[in-house]
Amino acid sequence: MIVLKDIKKSYILPRVTVDVLRGIDLEVAEKDFVAVMGPSGSGKSTLLHIIGCLDRPTSGRYLLLGVDVSRKTDNELAEIRNKKIGFVFQSFNLLPKLIAWKNVEAPLIYSGVSPDVRKIKARAMLEKLGLSQRAEHYPSELSGGEQQRVAIARALINAPAIILADEPTGNLDSRSGKEIIDIFKNLNKEGVTIVVVTHEKEIAEEAAKIITIKDGVCQSGCY
Amino acid sequence: MDVIEIIRVSRDSLTSNKIRSLLTMLGVVIGVASVIMLVSIGEGARAYIGRELGSLGTNILIVVPGKTSAKGGFHPPAATTVRKLVYDDAVIIKKRSRHVYDAVPLIFGTSKIKYMNQSRDNSVAGVTETYFEIRNLSVESGRFISSSDVDSGRKVCILGRTVKKDLFGDKNALGALVTIGDSKYRVIGVMEKKGVTLGIDFDDIVFIPTTAAQELFDTDSLFNITIKVRSASEIEAAKEDIRQILMKRHANREDFTIMSQDEMVAVMGKILNIMTAVLAGIAAISLLVGGIGIMNIMLVSVRERTREIGIRKALGAKNRDILLQFLVESVTLSLIGGTGGILLAGLLSIVAPYFVEFLPTHLALWSIIVAFLFSAAVGIFFGVYPARKASLYDPIKALRYE
Repeated sequence: MIVLKDIKKSYILPRVTVDVLRGIDLEVAEKDFVAVMGPSGSGKSTLLHIIGCLDRPTSGRYLLLGVDVSRKTDNELAEIRNKKIGFVFQSFNLLPKLIAWKNVEAPLIYSGVSPDVRKIKARAMLEKLGLSQRAEHYPSELSGGEQQRVAIARALINAPAIILADEPTGNLDSRSGKEIIDIFKNLNKEGVTIVVVTHEKEIAEEAAKIITIKDGVCQSGCY
Repeated sequence: MDVIEIIRVSRDSLTSNKIRSLLTMLGVVIGVASVIMLVSIGEGARAYIGRELGSLGTNILIVVPGKTSAKGGFHPPAATTVRKLVYDDAVIIKKRSRHVYDAVPLIFGTSKIKYMNQSRDNSVAGVTETYFEIRNLSVESGRFISSSDVDSGRKVCILGRTVKKDLFGDKNALGALVTIGDSKYRVIGVMEKKGVTLGIDFDDIVFIPTTAAQELFDTDSLFNITIKVRSASEIEAAKEDIRQILMKRHANREDFTIMSQDEMVAVMGKILNIMTAVLAGIAAISLLVGGIGIMNIMLVSVRERTREIGIRKALGAKNRDILLQFLVESVTLSLIGGTGGILLAGLLSIVAPYFVEFLPTHLALWSIIVAFLFSAAVGIFFGVYPARKASLYDPIKALRYE
């Protein structure tokens, strides 16, 4: 499903060139549950952004669902993000001025779904995540765990093939963190491919597979 | 992304910073209002002049001595002497041209006028019997100068309202004898109030027969010949007739100028157009400044919402979606500002005449439409740069922005 071949990423700064990823080869199969581990600054977030089509590799080939995305235009990448990928962030990244279900429906706006259908779908998704009582609340009125569940609902709303989570429990207490991981495990059982970036061993151990990155290269688990 | 959603997002953003949005709009409000107001003052002035000239009679030609061509050309000034216009010129114009209703030989001067112990220096106009009819003047009491007054050079006069009030107060002036220059004149009429028309205060003039004025000012040279043409369609023919007649009498030299009132209106209209354009142009600069205000605020807004842009992009918003969202916001600002400007201009044009008496305004529909479209254009023009900037944000950097 995800095939990375010799992916490199460098940032050219005024004085130095920083090589963040120095040749990553990676495969993630369908319905996999993969945890990406590594010390901070190892490049795991950058890897996740490239997998999520938010960023482009400097060189290398990336096949997503059999399609080479390295040569896609910005608009095509936006469409891929919209339809195939759901993001979950450490800091939730909800839109603070929108109530919960409005946040959840946002991806559907960009796929041209009509307002009525959006509302029904968004509320159904919140219900699935046990948040039907919170649909009309603003993010600031929700607990961290609830906010992250709204974010997961938003990530799932367009029925993506892959969920990409960047330290999803990093801002949560351990009990809420456990809840989120349980949600991921259940989604994985339903057939969603999940890639989680984390540096917490307990969370990584819940995944089916652990990949370790260090200094921009793969240390273990990439195949 | 559907339009309703874009508009909703813009509305949320504008209402979450009410004061800021209002102040930004104020720039456009003032710009649009001043453009419309200045145009409406220009239009009002034009309508005013048209009306005033209309109230001084229609289809009027005025012949003055000397050639003052508006069209330019070569006129050797010193080599020829300008022959004055005389009483008989007017008589013959009337007799010879079938297009001319009447020609009034007019003498104009200033003289001392006295009654009892009251006296003042006054404008005195020597006219013939039809002048009042041609100029739409009427008497409040008494009568006009008659043809027999003119023929016999009878010393009679008609007083303007102000003159009458100054000399007689509330007393009856009819039949009284006033001294103009060295002679006694009998008051046969008092003018109705006419007021100041195009800078001439008709209430401050004393009218006497032209023949009497020749004696009073000891001259036979006319100030002008005021001619009424029978109909508007005959004006050109009448002008040609007058030219022929006068040239024959003036040794084939065209040492006089025939002006039509319509031409004067046209010339003034042209001047007013230029003035209006210049003023509206200056006002448009303030609209431009308002536009820069919009751009400034939009840049701030884009920066503040960097993270939102990143989130929306991560969720699948295309560059175009982001561009439209911010563009709609700036256009909304400018259009609301434009509407406010139109309302303000409408209000001012209703209220202004109460405070400034001599400020005729006339709201022109075209200026409202132009100002509104211009404000929309300002919103687009000054909105494109910030919106484009927003749409090109790198999603990763935008997401990391604090």
